[in-house]
Amino acid sequence: VAYLCFYSVQLSNMLAAIIMLIFICFCVHFQNTAGQFFSSGHTNNWAVLVCTSRFWFNYRHVANTLSVYRSVKRLGIPDSHIVLMLADDMACNHRNPKPATVFSHRNMELNVYGDDVEVDYRGYEVTVENFLRVLTGRLPPSTPRSKRLLSDDRSNILIYLTGHGGNGFLKFQDSEEISNVELADAFEQMWQKRRYNELLFIIDTCQGASMYERFYSPNIMALASSQVGEDSLSHQPDLAIGVHLMDRYTFYLLEFLEDIHPASKSNMNDLFKVCPKSQCVSTPGHRTDLFLRDPGSVLITDFFGSVRKVEITMEAIHLTDPILQLEDGEEVQEKTYSYVDQLPVSEIIHQKPKQKDWHPPDGFILGLWTLILLVFFKTYGIKHLKHIF
Amino acid sequence: YILYILIYIPIFVFVLLRKLIKEEGENDFQEELVIRPLHSGDIYASFQFRTLWETDFMRENKVSHYRLFPKSLGQVISKFSVRELHISFTQGYWRTMQWGQPFLPSPPGAELWVWFQDSVTDVDAAWKELTNVLSGIFCASLNFIDSTNTVQPSASFKPLGIVNETDHRFLRYATLPREIVCTENLTPWKKLLPCGSKAGLAVLLKSEKLFHSSFFSQTVHIRPVCQDRECKTTSWELRQTLNVVFDLHTSGQGKREWSLFKMFSRTLTEACPLASSSKIYIDVTDNPQEEYFELSPATPLLSQAVVLGDRRTFSVYDLTQQVTFGTVRSLNLLIRWKSTEGDMLRPLLHAERYVAGYGLQTGEIHTVMYNNHPFRSFPVLLLDSVPWYLRLYIHTLTVTSKGKDNTPSYIHYQPSKDRMRPHLLEMLVQLPPHSVTEVTVQFERALLKWTEYTPDPNHGFYVGSSVISALVPSSVAMDTNITQEQPLFSSFFPCKEESSYFVRVYTEPLLVNLPTPDFSMPYNVICLTCTVVAVGYGSLYNLLTRSFQIEEPNPRLAKKIANFIRRIRGVPLLS
Repeated sequence: VAYLCFYSVQLSNMLAAIIMLIFICFCVHFQNTAGQFFSSGHTNNWAVLVCTSRFWFNYRHVANTLSVYRSVKRLGIPDSHIVLMLADDMACNHRNPKPATVFSHRNMELNVYGDDVEVDYRGYEVTVENFLRVLTGRLPPSTPRSKRLLSDDRSNILIYLTGHGGNGFLKFQDSEEISNVELADAFEQMWQKRRYNELLFIIDTCQGASMYERFYSPNIMALASSQVGEDSLSHQPDLAIGVHLMDRYTFYLLEFLEDIHPASKSNMNDLFKVCPKSQCVSTPGHRTDLFLRDPGSVLITDFFGSVRKVEITMEAIHLTDPILQLEDGEEVQEKTYSYVDQLPVSEIIHQKPKQKDWHPPDGFILGLWTLILLVFFKTYGIKHLKHIF
Repeated sequence: YILYILIYIPIFVFVLLRKLIKEEGENDFQEELVIRPLHSGDIYASFQFRTLWETDFMRENKVSHYRLFPKSLGQVISKFSVRELHISFTQGYWRTMQWGQPFLPSPPGAELWVWFQDSVTDVDAAWKELTNVLSGIFCASLNFIDSTNTVQPSASFKPLGIVNETDHRFLRYATLPREIVCTENLTPWKKLLPCGSKAGLAVLLKSEKLFHSSFFSQTVHIRPVCQDRECKTTSWELRQTLNVVFDLHTSGQGKREWSLFKMFSRTLTEACPLASSSKIYIDVTDNPQEEYFELSPATPLLSQAVVLGDRRTFSVYDLTQQVTFGTVRSLNLLIRWKSTEGDMLRPLLHAERYVAGYGLQTGEIHTVMYNNHPFRSFPVLLLDSVPWYLRLYIHTLTVTSKGKDNTPSYIHYQPSKDRMRPHLLEMLVQLPPHSVTEVTVQFERALLKWTEYTPDPNHGFYVGSSVISALVPSSVAMDTNITQEQPLFSSFFPCKEESSYFVRVYTEPLLVNLPTPDFSMPYNVICLTCTVVAVGYGSLYNLLTRSFQIEEPNPRLAKKIANFIRRIRGVPLLS
């Protein structure tokens, strides 16, 4: 009997152990799927799209920025989360044969300007100072919301720059430039203030790879259209409009993004393969050493789309009762209102001049009077002084 | 019985409660479109959208329930204690001589003028914040409005709405002649409408057609108005207008035949469900027996209105009636011309402005005003706001009519302060009948600091349009009763007397070239200075501090070995 009891206890122990093991396996499985669900770690998406060139022959830079804007909007990021900066207006430019349009493909196939575009910074507002202020969040208090980058530590930000650049700098509006050191410092400020969770930086300029050489903050992935010493080339001119419509790198990037939809599973390795040397003539580069996750596990929609994660809570929330405003009582209006005369001629002619504020006499007037008095007393002698004072 | 009581008591209580709870004021929305064929073959279309709301933005409890009135503008009004707000974005210049007078005038670029409430203590701070907020709402660079282009007119721009007294300390006026208008300004403007761009007349507002025109202007006007004839209560009025002139050759392909589809690439299918009235007016005054153009589909409704001093006849299409859309359920108005005769009524007042002179140092601004009335003279108020970098010499100001001097009866001049304030010149001039009045003033161009130039300084610098406000004698008695039955386009400017109507004319903006430096000079100067310093000072320093030492040439091998042995021995070396 003792042996039977012993065996039964052992059996029940083993059974319990097996059940525990199966249970743990299930838990781990659930945690894995849950972990996958929250693996990217971000809860909202922002995009800062900047075109830095002015003048009609730089039409392609505006078309570049607008095509990225279009893809980003299509994949779900709303206008309130996009800061779009265009340094010049190409759509309503008087040289544009088709106003209110910006085309990206020859024969005017695709109008990337669209019907509901919202440009936040335009014309002369696109300066290095404003760009850095948007990134770091140091804006004057009266700046409206649509001009601010209101990201937090769980935001994934896409930053796209295009224009003319060189080894270590990017030209803004033909009058000033931003260097790669300034840009790296701005990103470090953003990291210190926890203004981003992960950052994807794309640049389409000549010698673009020099702009990401100096980054030193974590969680940044960078792509550029050409290496140091190479030029990024434009794609194709349109004979009706008369300028080049797009740059090669962004043209193939747009074609790649047109195949992406909000539920697609393509990852960053596909993005690195966009525009090889045979199509682009320049060698696109990328930098992933600062990025903590493996690029193969990063979805394109983590940066270009806006996939909202939902956290479920079981707490009950009590809504406050609506405020009932009671009437103040009947107010009997006695006076009648009237409109004002738009051009009251007699009133204007007899208008009293505004009371000018009294200013103490200026230094010039004081000096002049001192000179006059001195000359007077010099000519007529000092004995007249007592007549004055 | 108990059942009935149970039903009726809650209804009774509900009705009582409703009476106690302050009801939100009435909301009313009207939309209309006026199409006026112009003599030159172009066509002028003017959209007017008006929302009336009986509420009080200035009370302590904030307004929280918005229905037809857009919330963004309501919050702007209450936060900045705005009494009146007028903002316009215009692309192109209105050609008065070819097109007549517009229903609502506007200058090229952006224009903003605001009357604040009497309770505002710091008007300038409120103005600065207001321009920033509006630049976010309308996606425009209105934040460039600062003290260097804001003026405080002393007699022009009287309030267009209800007011107790007018103290011009609460008025601010600014224009940005360089401002570009494009789809990104139209999009938020359309969002302010109750139906958006989904139903009603706003369906026609497609940017690809609207910006391919000779003139495009969108405005927003907010002001308090009388609710009824007695005017015991006021309500807030929001008017959004859009004026566009389509060119015969660019949009019309040269054929003198206009239709809604040709102008807007859309047809109308329904009125806005939230609108209490939705109408289209076609100006047929010049076409009483249909001898010049033919209008289809025909409509029996005709209305007459006195607008801009003239009695005009309009064919009316009422979109709230289903019969307007016919069997095809869509309305595409067609205006086809049969003959090109007929002449246009010459506008009674129009103005021009240009810069005379040569070189990049001095110049002269000429403002020319034409009074085309054969026997009546009328006063005009000229407002000129010139930026500080054109230094006006007011002692050279001359006003001449018909060759003789014409002294203005009122002059207000506020001189500019460098980098702080522009010039403001306001004059009340009486224009003699059938005459040309010319106002000239000389100026000198200032040299700006090199950081103050725009990135494209060779384009030039803009000077805002002059504003000419006038009471023009009208040939027809104007209606001074403010009734609600008047169409919107004729009831914008309040009318005080019957014999004249108020009109505002804007001149062209000026484009002046300032002396532009060579922007590579700082780089050149740095290079040259560094080279001179390096070469000049460097050589001097060397000369003063360099000491020479005689050095033996490398000794021969034998000498080297001998010196080595001598060193071992500790004996002095050979030289």
